[in-house]
Amino acid sequence: MSRLLAGPRARAHTTAPDLGISALRVGPWSVPFSLRRFLVGLVLVLLCALAFTLGIGMGDYRLSVPQVLRTLAGGGSHIEETVVFKWRMGRAVLGLLVGAALAFAGALTQSVARNPLASPDVLGITSGASTAAVFVITASGGTGIVGAVAGFGDNVLGVPVVAVIGATLTALAVWFVAGKDRDSMIRLVLIGVGTSMFLGAISTWLMATTNVDQAATAKLWLTGSLNGRGWGEAWPVLACVVVAVAFAGWLAFRLDALALGPDVAQVLGHGIRVAQAVQLLFGVVLVAVAVSAAGPVPFVAFVAPQIAQRLAGTPTPPLLCSALSGALLVSGADLLARTVLPWELPVGIVTAFCGAPALIYLVVKTNRKASA
Amino acid sequence: MSPARLAARSLTAGYGQEPVLCDLDLEVPAGAVTTLIGPNGCGKSTLLKSLCGLLPYEGTVELEGRDLHGVRRPDRARLLTMLPQAPVAPEGLTVAGLVARGRHPYQSWMSRWSAQDEKEVRRALRATGLSHLGTRPISALSGGQRQRVWIAMALAQDTPTLLLDEPTTYLDLAYSIEVLSLVRRLQSEQGKTVVMVLHDLNLAIRFSDHLVVLGDGVVAAQGTPQDVVTPELLHEVFGLDALVVPDPATGGPLVVPR
Repeated sequence: MSRLLAGPRARAHTTAPDLGISALRVGPWSVPFSLRRFLVGLVLVLLCALAFTLGIGMGDYRLSVPQVLRTLAGGGSHIEETVVFKWRMGRAVLGLLVGAALAFAGALTQSVARNPLASPDVLGITSGASTAAVFVITASGGTGIVGAVAGFGDNVLGVPVVAVIGATLTALAVWFVAGKDRDSMIRLVLIGVGTSMFLGAISTWLMATTNVDQAATAKLWLTGSLNGRGWGEAWPVLACVVVAVAFAGWLAFRLDALALGPDVAQVLGHGIRVAQAVQLLFGVVLVAVAVSAAGPVPFVAFVAPQIAQRLAGTPTPPLLCSALSGALLVSGADLLARTVLPWELPVGIVTAFCGAPALIYLVVKTNRKASA
Repeated sequence: MSPARLAARSLTAGYGQEPVLCDLDLEVPAGAVTTLIGPNGCGKSTLLKSLCGLLPYEGTVELEGRDLHGVRRPDRARLLTMLPQAPVAPEGLTVAGLVARGRHPYQSWMSRWSAQDEKEVRRALRATGLSHLGTRPISALSGGQRQRVWIAMALAQDTPTLLLDEPTTYLDLAYSIEVLSLVRRLQSEQGKTVVMVLHDLNLAIRFSDHLVVLGDGVVAAQGTPQDVVTPELLHEVFGLDALVVPDPATGGPLVVPR
């Protein structure tokens, strides 16, 4: 067991200089271990649990934290159990999952593109998912071929699958339009922004041509909201987050190499086409299911990985800490949205309000560095 | 000289329709420093990238006597590595953090920091004189140190052959000498086979065992600096009117433009 944690401390009495890299080693299994990253993750888990508990307690029938905890442990009254499990827990779980999925996806796209600006929102992937979903919401039940296609999407495929299709098509379009210049970030970002605007126009047009009720539904959905959402929307997101977390080690290993640029990654023995494609596929699917569940909650995919990177002190966004910080961000923003004003705001308004300044800050900082 | 570890046979490669390299043959002497020189756009970098499979090509590249296409990717990465021109590391990455990534061909996602990895990283840092800087962020280092860190990463990869694409780009003369002396030591002390691209003729002459002069997509001349560098060749390949005099420091040829 003394070999288990071989780090700077374990070597303190030898003369070997510090590498700043510790490892967990068990048999043939070894992984770099950072105490700071571990502690940051732990704190984020605790904060997520707190936001989760507070979120469940909040509402017309108010529950205190001890009441919620007792009920979760199985010791609540009948009415408390109904409130917690049937009414509120689905929404609280969904908030965590949507945040985790968006942030995980953001960490992937930012790492593959080697640029913090390359989040799924900026690249147009989010718009692809939401436009596809708006199409289904507004055109379903309509007449003609369009109505039939939308109805097929709504009833047979389901909104999550439609969103995945929309996001994938958009990502492929951006990828191919960028062509050989896709290593030039500024072009990729501009093409993504253009694509987002184009798709936004389509969403607006779809809402203008449909009836008032459906347009209102679509509009609320487009701001990104957890209102009235629950277990039904949570399952597909849960499945995707679980798969992504299970593959996090595999993805992170390749991201370490991709972060050095495609040429270096290749001479280090990686097949970069496959590695990049798999990373982006994970990103696209995670964004799409999150968007299909709660709408395009803005800025989470962009900001959460950057927060996690700064907290953990890593050179690129750490995948699991990013997911945790995203989960905390959406849950926390939802708490704010429900408490600050007398009426309930969509969570997307809060994340946009806080996220936009963060984006401007990063753009300014990146530009200064480039011109320095 | 020992038989070639790396060779190109009727190699044709390029970026667009027009091939930059045309039916080129080359044998890289093992355990020596070979430098590719030639005028801008003559295909030095194209050749280097083709030799390690980063660019598609027609013809054959042989690595340790086998067709490069037939060598599996991880095996290839244990035999041959290449340092691109002016590589960029993520900001905040430490020296040891970058050098450790050179161990990728020996790792999997289950085994990402074995005792062997740690040993090899320490060895690479020692060989490049960076042991005391392991925990520093790369962005805090000087240009010459930074280039040494990338070379240390290539060393951690523990390949017998190293390709370096203009390792002295953006470095002033003192840093260039620092980096090239290190390359020289890798050959003399560790027996590495090195192939590099350099722009500066006099540095190429001084730090190479073997010079390969490229012109118009083929090998215009090759051999020891002594044999290759003549006023006639400089005029023919570079269009340069120059004297070749004995170098007062080394006795080798020295190019003095007229």
